[in-house]
Amino acid sequence: MLRYVAKRVVYMFVALLIIISVTWFISKLLPGTPFADQKLTPETRAQLYAKYGLDEPWPVQYGKYMLNVVQGDLGNSYYFQSKPVTEIILARLPVSAFIGIQAIVIGLVIGLVLGIVAALWHNRFWDSAATVLAILGVSVPSFVLGPILQYWLGVKLGWFPIAFFESWWHSVLPSLALSVFVIATVARFIRAEMLEVMGLDYTTLAKAKGLSGLAVVMKHVLRNALIPLVTVLAPLTIYIITGSLVVEQIFAVPGIGEEFVRSVVVSDYAMILGTTIFFSVLFILALLIQDILYGIIDPRIRVAGAKE
Amino acid sequence: MAAMHEGNILQVKDLQISFSTYAGEVEAVRGISFDLRRGETLAIVGESGSGKTVTAKSLMRLLPEANILIKGGEAIFEGEDLLKLSEQRMQKIRGSKIAMVFQDPMTSLDPTMRVGKQIAEGLKKHLGLSGQRAKERAVELLTLVGIPNPKERVRQYPHQFSGGMRQRVVIAIALSCEPQILIADEPSTALDVTIQAQILELLRELQEQLGMSVILITHDLGVVAHTAHRIAVMYAGKVVETGTLREVFYNPQMPYTWGLLSSIPLPTADRSRELIPIPGSPPDMLDPPKGCPFTPRCPYSMRICAEEMPEYTTFSEEHRASCWLHHQMAPNVEPPATIRGAK
Amino acid sequence: METRRAELTADLFERLEVGTQDSERIVGPPVGFWRDSWDRLKKNRGALVGLAVIVVVIVVAYLGPLVSPYTPYGQDLSRRFADPSSQFWFGTDEFGRDMWNRVWIGTRVSLYIGFLAAFLDLAVGVTYGAISGLLGGRVDDVMQRGIEILNGVPYLVVAILAMLVLSPGIITITIAIGLTSWTYMARIVRGRMLQLKEQEFALASLSLGANRTRLLVKHLLPNSLGPMIVNLMFTIPLAIFSEAFLSFIGLGIQPPDTSLGALLSEGYKELRFHPNLLWFPTAVFSLLMISFNLFADGLRDALDPKMRK
Repeated sequence: MLRYVAKRVVYMFVALLIIISVTWFISKLLPGTPFADQKLTPETRAQLYAKYGLDEPWPVQYGKYMLNVVQGDLGNSYYFQSKPVTEIILARLPVSAFIGIQAIVIGLVIGLVLGIVAALWHNRFWDSAATVLAILGVSVPSFVLGPILQYWLGVKLGWFPIAFFESWWHSVLPSLALSVFVIATVARFIRAEMLEVMGLDYTTLAKAKGLSGLAVVMKHVLRNALIPLVTVLAPLTIYIITGSLVVEQIFAVPGIGEEFVRSVVVSDYAMILGTTIFFSVLFILALLIQDILYGIIDPRIRVAGAKE
Repeated sequence: MAAMHEGNILQVKDLQISFSTYAGEVEAVRGISFDLRRGETLAIVGESGSGKTVTAKSLMRLLPEANILIKGGEAIFEGEDLLKLSEQRMQKIRGSKIAMVFQDPMTSLDPTMRVGKQIAEGLKKHLGLSGQRAKERAVELLTLVGIPNPKERVRQYPHQFSGGMRQRVVIAIALSCEPQILIADEPSTALDVTIQAQILELLRELQEQLGMSVILITHDLGVVAHTAHRIAVMYAGKVVETGTLREVFYNPQMPYTWGLLSSIPLPTADRSRELIPIPGSPPDMLDPPKGCPFTPRCPYSMRICAEEMPEYTTFSEEHRASCWLHHQMAPNVEPPATIRGAK
Repeated sequence: METRRAELTADLFERLEVGTQDSERIVGPPVGFWRDSWDRLKKNRGALVGLAVIVVVIVVAYLGPLVSPYTPYGQDLSRRFADPSSQFWFGTDEFGRDMWNRVWIGTRVSLYIGFLAAFLDLAVGVTYGAISGLLGGRVDDVMQRGIEILNGVPYLVVAILAMLVLSPGIITITIAIGLTSWTYMARIVRGRMLQLKEQEFALASLSLGANRTRLLVKHLLPNSLGPMIVNLMFTIPLAIFSEAFLSFIGLGIQPPDTSLGALLSEGYKELRFHPNLLWFPTAVFSLLMISFNLFADGLRDALDPKMRK
């Protein structure tokens, strides 16, 4: 078990190394020059270049960057010259995290209920209804849903504020917009898993012991169906990250996503690079957690195999 | 409600079961009757598709409700018809009075629950045993089925057991509440040959020890030879011959039984005896034949065989078979030499 | 023995000649895998509706603009923000351009990109996956590690970065979207390869002297068509979505050209006072996404042998 974890951790570091390097390389390919947006004389520009080490040969820049990254220093934003990228990211992290985690929680709760009901009432009304809802949820992206929610729940009905982040109430619409996809994904997943487990021999055996239908579901079906749900963790993290890019735009939420889009618009390459790396780290971390969690909750991995 | 004969613990009469599939109605069991006596092992023998597993599962009402039709018949146990009981009544009977062992030990156990807990489930539900007492009883049961180091094993997960060991666990679960009837559906088919013998021997010992009545479902006549008291041969949803072990093995009266016996190796036969497989395959139950279903594959078939299903002829108290060859107007036929070698 | 018939004549007890052919008589028409799946698909109403809607949308996207007297680029500031009417079926936008035209032209572009990206997916993904799965061993290991690393960056972020490096255009957008989305197809094909190459028909073919390429082309690939087609049907809406996403944040199709995503972006800006500009593209976009997903879902269920009863 420990070896399993250690292997994954080492692997993650290697992957991160490669990803960061490649991303850095790509950022060097970006067209236009940094600081082009501002009115600068050639001398000041040269000074800025020197300050940011942009005049040095690439391998040197690479080496310095990597060294800094390892220490958590992603350089300073080209736009806000006195602010380190790391600082900006960390300042905005709580907002994005809050909305994202809230979206996942809502999604899990509603999705589980929907999916379980659909599986238990298989091929009857609730199953078809839930499946249709799930497909809708998966098909309508958050940047379509966002404006719809804003318009109807925000402007027309006036129930929720539609922009900024001044209170928890402000987080409802953004989280809702993000959560629909989660609901749909979780519901479909758990429904499929439950249906599969219900068709397996050990479910019939449990019934043959005389257990009631409810007991069979609670004690055997659910546990076996929920375990693979962990594998949805990483993809959902990606979804939340990318979803936040648009949702934060639409709802003017001061999160990391909004910052990323802004930095794209003004060509703040340090910021773009830094944020991309941050996203990758997040995702790789999610993968790691997912793998470890899976190893813990599935006894077939946690405990070694057959001894004879 | 038919009167229960003395000595019978289960009476099945004219059981008819069909599936509705998207291609139409499949008649899996077309009117079979058999009795199970106290303390005996009854073997139900037949090819895949003969309806034997469907019969077994129907007794415990474990067939998926969505597309199963129990079209008729009754199964009388302790004065009640199992086919008509409410789900609640059935839950009290399953696991406590009638228990079942499934075919594939690799998939019969919940992979995420410790073995001891799986054994204890029935104990808690039917006997009301507490956690501690249930665990002790689980250990006792593991010992009973021959698993070494039971105290250690009881806390392990199924994937830590080999196939044969898992099947023993499944048997332990089935026995946990000391059922009166044990239904074993191909209990050894999925196992290696040496392990097969062990499991069958285990079943036989346990049956003697505990005095259970056992229904053993199998397609393998060889399996039957050492474990069964009586045999019922099924083909295409019908029972074509029943009798005691000796009667069916040494004096079979139906060509299908002859075919079965000719196609298995018999240790007592001499070496020159041929093995003759039965050509062809069972009929499609979407459109079952109106006469005797074995007709297309039977070397002795007559025109009437295709037209009408023969009645039973009784040869002794236990022995009867359904075949037109026994009609007075039928020609005399000797069973093939290949089965006479079994004497 | 008692009989049910009134009388039994001696001729009924004559021998019956039956060949074993009778016993192997096949009941019902032989059903191949594709025929079977098609039958199953036809029963899935959702999938059929999805397919129908897709076809309708495609047809209208190509015929719609032809029916209208206006063009998607013609500006006329005197009739800005007109509501839908018999003259302008979808109204007009801030430059007075006919929305009916713009929406359907935009749909064409989005569909085009969607299909293009999906085929790129197919080409790269199938090749990569087939090689990886067929060769197995270390090559497979390395190739799979490559995929995992490629997936380390969220794919939309990759697309954004790509669009920053390349200048916006239909081809570049397609490439940007396809940069990492092919990995899913590669995984599926590889999985299938691993499964199939161990099966007996593959070993049999090899032992008859076929070399691996022949095995691949004639046996393994056709047997993988099912999952490949299903995956294709899922990638199209994904690609359409990605293009819309990129256009929404301004990195996609640039004005005056338009796509569904660009229209969504423009329409969003006017949400407060002229929501029509958003609702029409939203409706078409959502319809497309939902229909593709419905159809792909049904297709997957129909092609899945486990669902056989």
